[in-house]
Amino acid sequence: MAVRIALPKGKLLNDTAAFLEKAGWQLNDYSQSMRNYRLQSARFPDLLIKVLQEKDIPIQVAIGNYDLGICGLEWIKELTSKYTAAAPVRIRNLGYGKGALYVAASSAAIIPTLENLVQSPDVVRIVSEYPNIAESYALNLRLRRFGVYPVWGAAEAYPPENATLALVAGGVEETTLNNGLKPLKKVLDFSAYLIANRTSWQHKDLSEVMASLENVKLEEKEILPAASTSPIHFVPQEIDKDTVRLALPDGHQQKHTVQLLNKAGIQVDDYPSPTGNRRPKTNLDGVVIKVIRPQDMPLQVANDSFDLAITGIDWVTDHLDAFPSSPVQQLVDLKLGWVKIVAVVGNYVPVNNIYDYQQLCNKNAVSIRVASEYVNIADKYARDNRLGMYRILPTWGATEAFIPEDADLLIENTETGSTIARHNLKIIDTLFESTARLIGNKNKDYSVLKKDRIENIIKLLSKAAEK
Amino acid sequence: MRVQKCKGTCDLSTEQMRRFRRIEDCFRDSCVKWGYQEVRTPTIEYLHLFTSTGTLTPGTLGKVYSFLDWDGWSGERVVLRPEGTIPAVRLYIDELADKKLARLFYVINTFIFEETGKENREKWQCGVELIGADSISADVELITLSLEVLKKLGLEDIELKLSHAGLIRALLTGFGLSPEEQGKIFDRILDGDVAVLTRLKEETPELARLLTPVLDMKGETPGFLRNLKTMFSSSLPEFIPALDNFIGVVDMLTAMGIKYQIDIASGRGFEYYTGMIFQIYSGDAKLGGGGRYDALIPLMGGKKTPASGFALQMNTLMNVIDIPQFSEKQANKILITPDTEKPGAMKSAYSIAESLRGAGFIASIQVDNEDKADFRWVIEVNNASPLFVVQNQSNKRKQPVETIVDIIKLLGGKGGS
Repeated sequence: MAVRIALPKGKLLNDTAAFLEKAGWQLNDYSQSMRNYRLQSARFPDLLIKVLQEKDIPIQVAIGNYDLGICGLEWIKELTSKYTAAAPVRIRNLGYGKGALYVAASSAAIIPTLENLVQSPDVVRIVSEYPNIAESYALNLRLRRFGVYPVWGAAEAYPPENATLALVAGGVEETTLNNGLKPLKKVLDFSAYLIANRTSWQHKDLSEVMASLENVKLEEKEILPAASTSPIHFVPQEIDKDTVRLALPDGHQQKHTVQLLNKAGIQVDDYPSPTGNRRPKTNLDGVVIKVIRPQDMPLQVANDSFDLAITGIDWVTDHLDAFPSSPVQQLVDLKLGWVKIVAVVGNYVPVNNIYDYQQLCNKNAVSIRVASEYVNIADKYARDNRLGMYRILPTWGATEAFIPEDADLLIENTETGSTIARHNLKIIDTLFESTARLIGNKNKDYSVLKKDRIENIIKLLSKAAEK
Repeated sequence: MRVQKCKGTCDLSTEQMRRFRRIEDCFRDSCVKWGYQEVRTPTIEYLHLFTSTGTLTPGTLGKVYSFLDWDGWSGERVVLRPEGTIPAVRLYIDELADKKLARLFYVINTFIFEETGKENREKWQCGVELIGADSISADVELITLSLEVLKKLGLEDIELKLSHAGLIRALLTGFGLSPEEQGKIFDRILDGDVAVLTRLKEETPELARLLTPVLDMKGETPGFLRNLKTMFSSSLPEFIPALDNFIGVVDMLTAMGIKYQIDIASGRGFEYYTGMIFQIYSGDAKLGGGGRYDALIPLMGGKKTPASGFALQMNTLMNVIDIPQFSEKQANKILITPDTEKPGAMKSAYSIAESLRGAGFIASIQVDNEDKADFRWVIEVNNASPLFVVQNQSNKRKQPVETIVDIIKLLGGKGGS
């Protein structure tokens, strides 16, 4: 059987491409602008090469979908600090992509000592893209009571207002991290690793591929998380009982959001910010703004970190499917960022709707693998449609490349369906249509002034959405 | 595809359930007669119940079954209870704290992940907590109660191993370690890494002379502890209170004629213990253990209250006990076969079944083509004379009978109910 390898998208892509070029692999199109996630190597024509999100690679190698993979040690640890039995074989430290994980607190507030936190009877909130490492760290520190907020990104924006600690990536020797965070403790030094599936390592001949990487070396350099390249001045927000805390999205949703804010006459300075400022100022009186990932907003509104947020109803639905009694409610349909959430299978599957797919699965009595960024929507969808023995594979994007080798069914968002078609896939069901919404917390009893301020924002945005 | 049971779980099938009930019955019978009262705590608890005391090791907490509940958006997790004492103590604080003394017992399952899946991840235990007493006689009561239960279960070659958490902690202080280092090493001892003490010994040779006898030797009399006390009285005075307490316990056990072995390094799995620790073995199988945990209740927000307890491991016990076969009446299982075509036969079958059950027999009414070989007696029911035909399955002899009283006489019973 051919050897299968998973290569990373994202921050390690450029260096990995240079590394493999040096190793003489002659890959056809491994670049930030690649059109297809399946690659060809002129040197190893039989090698099956796929490009995945870096986070997904340790999991995919551990479960045996790939024999080999290249990814950062931090993502290997994120898997193995919870699932020790899943540990892939670490074959070689490739040297590039160096960085470190830190437990950090905001320098704008009184910086707690770890000893004090251990004694604290209050809930210590830890925010991180690495929730398993964070939980393991909290247990080892013997924190009495803690809650880990897993986030998709922007963990550095949360302390001190919305979390006590953040577990974040930075350079190898950092004394100050982005957004005014102060490292309390370095948790892990990481760099890119070549890893192998344990069974493949014991039973399959991977030597030719491994030998080609043996003496290749890149200059050892650090990869800093994108935002860290420009440290910005950090000013903590002043918040009292009348202050409205609004969360605005980062990433590609920003463009629509800025247009809407402009239409509503709401001025937000330095948004989008070229320097990575996550606390832009606004002309609205008594309102403070933070910029975070839209995926993380429903959970943060439910936890009273924010009063209002702008995010897609897709992420609200995913949140409510996990926590049906959550106080998150939608206030205004902002009518932008339209996508539809669809169920997708390979063109080779002889069905055109979910009912026939369910019949087919039950007839064949096979376990189907459902891959999605929307873990809770996918789980509920599979349950509601009685897909029998299904498994949910959480992913962090680029899911189209999963079928057929690594998944059977996808729950995806799409605008035009063209990416789906290009990957030889088809839509068999539309779950719902999603647009951006203003969301809030229905259980809160606000002061009269705060209520007025919230009503005012709702009014401005409702009008703007109608224009 | 056949649906299989989860890795690391086990079914308790009919034979195992007989053993399970036998253990539970013996345990409950003893506890009730000694004045203990039964409680049962929920399977699901907050994770912070177990993290907040700071007593369970990270090694244990890393293996609990924790998850976000349907309303767990705050990120606070719930767990399937990994052990029984902390929930029982929570119940005591919530409901019974006004009692001066609480004698509690419970039979519960606990959940801890085990990597290979070959061991059980769900385990059953019989637990006892004696809350509110700090006397040596309280410690001795628990040891003797646990031994009584095992004796009732017919177990004879029982080994009782004693240690003392206060001694282990004093020992670590003796190494001159910082509190943080002490904590880490204590965690590792509790996680079963006894070698860590040996390594420490090599690194600090001046202490080796003193500590070698403690770690390596095993004693079987209070004299052993008195010798230790003499040895340490000047060099490690912090040892003395723990040693005195330990000597008190073994003195009382000796006076009661209970055999034991002192093995200081056997501390595994006793994370919140502060005083005497005991473990019970049958060969290599650890049947249970317990000890004193005076610090736990205040750590959990209760009043300063001394306490001690023990648990017996039912999964291990099920493998080592011999259980009596069914009693004679139970072995004489009866199948009643009414002729359903005949009016009145079914009613009369129910009536005789009730009488037989009342007399202590196991009586089943035929519902399908049951295998008659599973039964000792088969009774046909008619609506005309002879009303009953009793067949002895062992010699196939048939005998006509007219009354229920005669049937019970024939079966060797004491007569109708």
